[in-house]
Amino acid sequence: MPDDPRGPIKVLVPTGSLGAGAREEEVRYGIAQGAQVIATDAGSTDSGAAYLALGISKNNKGAVKRDLTILMKAAHEAKIPIVVGTSGQAGGDKNVDWTRDIAVEVARELGIRPKIALLYSELGKEAVKAKNAAGRIRPLAPMGPLDDATVDACDHIVAAMGPEPFIAALEAGADIVLGGRTTDTAVLACYPIMKGAPLGPAWHAGKIGECGAQCTVKAVDGSGVLLSIHEGGFDVEPLSAVNTCTPHSVSAHMLYENSDPFLLTEPGGVLDVTETDYQQLDPRIVRVTGSAWRPQPYTMKLEGASSGRFQTVMLVGIQDPIVLRNLDAFHDRMLDRLYHRVRTTIGEAAGDFHISLRLYGWNAVTGEKVPEGTPPPREVGVLFVATADTQEMATQIAKACNPWFFHMYMPEHEEMPSYGFAFTPADIERGPVYEFRLNHVVECDDPAELVRTVWVDLDQAEAA
Amino acid sequence: MATVNDVCRLVRSKNAGPFWVTIDLFFDGPESFRRYAQSEALGPATFARLYGTDPALVKRFPVESLSMVKISYPRSSSQGGMVERDLHCGQQFVRLLDVELD
Repeated sequence: MPDDPRGPIKVLVPTGSLGAGAREEEVRYGIAQGAQVIATDAGSTDSGAAYLALGISKNNKGAVKRDLTILMKAAHEAKIPIVVGTSGQAGGDKNVDWTRDIAVEVARELGIRPKIALLYSELGKEAVKAKNAAGRIRPLAPMGPLDDATVDACDHIVAAMGPEPFIAALEAGADIVLGGRTTDTAVLACYPIMKGAPLGPAWHAGKIGECGAQCTVKAVDGSGVLLSIHEGGFDVEPLSAVNTCTPHSVSAHMLYENSDPFLLTEPGGVLDVTETDYQQLDPRIVRVTGSAWRPQPYTMKLEGASSGRFQTVMLVGIQDPIVLRNLDAFHDRMLDRLYHRVRTTIGEAAGDFHISLRLYGWNAVTGEKVPEGTPPPREVGVLFVATADTQEMATQIAKACNPWFFHMYMPEHEEMPSYGFAFTPADIERGPVYEFRLNHVVECDDPAELVRTVWVDLDQAEAA
Repeated sequence: MATVNDVCRLVRSKNAGPFWVTIDLFFDGPESFRRYAQSEALGPATFARLYGTDPALVKRFPVESLSMVKISYPRSSSQGGMVERDLHCGQQFVRLLDVELD
């Protein structure tokens, strides 16, 4: 930028999620364009609470290791830092440690010794209760005020970090920062903010780049984007030479997974894109101007995951025309029989159990009656889901239901039907029901108040 | 009688965090946007009927520059809970396609 003596600050976003498939040639291109940092998100709440409740990753180890190898090699050669947000899918302490171990393994294999900072933002229950008692935790719709019982029900609680802990680690000399739960935007915005970029464009660029190439015309043709933040706004360019960005592809991403298309609340402020303008700068690049940042008292969003009651499932496939031509009656009759069967064979011991039948190929996704006159499908898959207080009881219920689920007659059947099981044993223990229990924000006096920074000692890590 | 499907080139739905669902209706042009973005048929009562949500919490945001309207509402059951059928809410838009707009 001729009007900016420092030039733009360039952020290479290699992929929408670490482990989703960074591309070596794209990373090479971004670095050749002058990228000063590699920034990527590594998780999300989208796939449910299990990953936080269990401290496990959604992406497999091999995929994360593959991406980290590409990024760490390129960053080492270019002498630029890597920042990762929401490590290990959920950003809990266990998720961060899992990612740390992979990074240490990659460093050893590459023969490099990066300075690695770990940012932990998991909170103990007592700390959360104390904040709540002090009136520093507020609910977000549709949730109500927080109570101690809800806190106790959570297996793990994290606070979503802003850019400040990343900036502190980078200023302390980190080559790689592996963050716990972080807002998707903050991990991409941290480096430009550290370098003094205007806040509106820095945050907005973070939002647009959060899913990598998803803000491009052909998301399947590439994995990453290059964000260039400057005094006048920011530019978005796909890392793949065959891909393009258009004002529509970029502006439409502000809609994605946001309940509000104009305002995005982040730690310490609100991104406001009401007045934002999107222009085609060249055939591949879009320039975004007019994004505003409105500072607010510092808050961090809380996420808490619990594990609850247990489920056991069974699945049959059915092509029998007698069943298919009267599926709603089949569903209602079977559900009635199964409840009756459990009550008569297990009785009170079954507790407050629940059975659900989902007819895939008919109405499984909604569970609602299909319109009158809908023709029968060629086949349906019937998923049986039993929920009970213990895994053992859920399985006992499935076993009690098995003969009916397998063989239930319709009135027209002349002899006993047998529906198509795919597995033996027929019942599959699915584990607990995992749910998010918190939709609250915590007010902080300092952005680092709830964050612990730990430096990896590679000598010790390698000896371990 | 125009339905959502008749006047939109793209309708999509997705979870917006664990507690909200957001539906994006991209109209087939500015004319349909002007005519239907504020339609009563896309109001809170329809969302309460189709999705069992609290009508008082339904939010509607017309985006004129994209000829689209975004409508967001809280989930009626918990994400990944006992009766989950669409974890990422990516199939929820389908129930809206046949809604009659005028």
